[in-house]
Amino acid sequence: MSTLVLLLVTGLGLGALYFLVAAGLSLIWGLMRVLNFAHGAFFTVAGYAGYFAAAALPGLPPWPSWFLAALAGTLAGGLFATLTEIGLIRPLYRRPVGQVLVTVGLALATLALVEGAFGSDPRVVSLPGWMTATTTILGAAIPNTRFVVLLLALVVLGGLLFFLQRTRYGLIVRAGVENRDMVSALGIDVQRAFTLVFTIGGLAAGLAGVLGATYYGTIDPSRGTAMLISAFIVVVIGGMGSIGGSALAAVIVALVQQFLNFYAAAGTGDFAVVLLLAVVLLVRPGGLMGRPPA
Amino acid sequence: MNRRTVAAALALLGLLALALPFVHVTVPGLFEGPLDSAGTLNLLGLCFVFGALALTYDIVFGFTGLLSFGHALYFATGVYVTAIALVRWHWSLPQSLALTAVVALVLPLALGAVCLRVRDIPFAMVTLAFAEAASILVLQNPYGLTGGEEGLALGGSVLPAALVGVANTAHLYWIAAGLLLATCAIGWWAVHSPPGRVWQAIRENERRVAVLGLNPFAYKLASFTLSGFLASAAGVAYLLLQGGANPQITTANFTLVLLVMVVLGGVGTLWGAVVGGIVYEYLDFRLVEFSNTAGVQNLPPVLRVPLSEPLFILGVLFIVLVLFLPDGLGGLIRRIPTRSR
Repeated sequence: MSTLVLLLVTGLGLGALYFLVAAGLSLIWGLMRVLNFAHGAFFTVAGYAGYFAAAALPGLPPWPSWFLAALAGTLAGGLFATLTEIGLIRPLYRRPVGQVLVTVGLALATLALVEGAFGSDPRVVSLPGWMTATTTILGAAIPNTRFVVLLLALVVLGGLLFFLQRTRYGLIVRAGVENRDMVSALGIDVQRAFTLVFTIGGLAAGLAGVLGATYYGTIDPSRGTAMLISAFIVVVIGGMGSIGGSALAAVIVALVQQFLNFYAAAGTGDFAVVLLLAVVLLVRPGGLMGRPPA
Repeated sequence: MNRRTVAAALALLGLLALALPFVHVTVPGLFEGPLDSAGTLNLLGLCFVFGALALTYDIVFGFTGLLSFGHALYFATGVYVTAIALVRWHWSLPQSLALTAVVALVLPLALGAVCLRVRDIPFAMVTLAFAEAASILVLQNPYGLTGGEEGLALGGSVLPAALVGVANTAHLYWIAAGLLLATCAIGWWAVHSPPGRVWQAIRENERRVAVLGLNPFAYKLASFTLSGFLASAAGVAYLLLQGGANPQITTANFTLVLLVMVVLGGVGTLWGAVVGGIVYEYLDFRLVEFSNTAGVQNLPPVLRVPLSEPLFILGVLFIVLVLFLPDGLGGLIRRIPTRSR
């Protein structure tokens, strides 16, 4: 029973990370039809930004230091994403394949640069004492970081849903996902919404980068790529452009991975998730909560 | 270009390439050792393999318009199936090659039939997913077959003596050169055949092809399978040249690198892709040596770190190409005569 609870909560924490990366990818795809391969790079850069922000102020007590790292990482992810959109995506609005290709190039170059500058070995992040401790629930000793990750992801989910459902810009984004041409025909500047969506996606991926460091206790250059692939799977299973779908699929994917990796051989879960993706695409090409493609 | 000029050009290039192991000339700056040294021949052989591989990718991506993110899987099929048959089951080389040929034909046919039920980006995702699944499988080392992260070394005894040892690098080089020539010939023939013209029509407008009474699915599957099969052939040559299998070539990153190669050379031109593959592999190899030169090592870290990462230089080069030179190197060269005329 305690193993079950531990796997469940740890899986939910992992799902929270997937959701944070996938939410931005999903919105970017839904509105802009750009498959953003650089999203994993946002994650990685944010993780390192957080690490160095904390290291830059060694005298700070643990908690403020952690908050500073989280803030710095999130902002770094957002800034990186904004610059990417303005510098690389915007010149290619008329060439969709070109947009995918530049994000591929950016992902490869960033990964190589991070590896060259900081090495490929994992670095251990310093966490407040409470986060390295565990809390016992139903007999299972659960690392406290899982709750932090889960809580913050829920806050982001709530914030995103509020933004999309209750604000004017959210309305434009939702309308753009439905029919981009109609929105621009009504005289609304869709390009601004593009930049906004990219920034939001970058902020979420940045937060995921810092929380990933908190969740695993280490950062390394290659985790962003693994996150990106999982997030792709989540986005497609959930339905491209649907935030709720991403949240649901993130939980499903993470739980399937956790349970199968534990109860069957290691790696079986990752394998099963890929098969799940293939099945979902063939049975429901639009994903769980997306619409079937026209 | 008509058939005769292509055949003549291929034959000339082929003769030049075949004669290289007998040319004891040092090309300063371009290669470390003389042209007939084992190191240079091995590098050139790898360049040829990647040229051939880029061409196979160009058949699906450039000519048929299918953005597959799983091409690494078919290359890895050639590498791993042959390696497993040779090392784990102690089959002879011809037997192993026969098995690889069967798998290399059946696998893209079966997976293509599934993947091609969706198109565009979902297609890209499903192909990526299958390749990723294969990558995980290789890393997991089922029944001790694939060797997991360490890969699978061929060792001396599993291959015929003529293919083993530094002294016989020329033989491997010839295999790679032959592979490239054969892939070029088959690729050229395929895209100029009637089905090849339908592939290009599908790339331009799939619905119209369907309206004309042709079944796009069958043509796309043929393109996917041919490309996958040829990629596996390139994988076999790679295995022989490297003397083993390593899991890096199964990853999604490797497919992205292939994409870079094809775009580098020019999408939708066969020789452009070949040049892209050769140039990429050459740069990737030489940039590592470049980064170890005293000139780079003495630079301040701000410059030294980026310059010692080949993938960084290539990634930036790729971005610049996509932004400013969408037709790749091939497009640049093609543009010169039109201007001077």
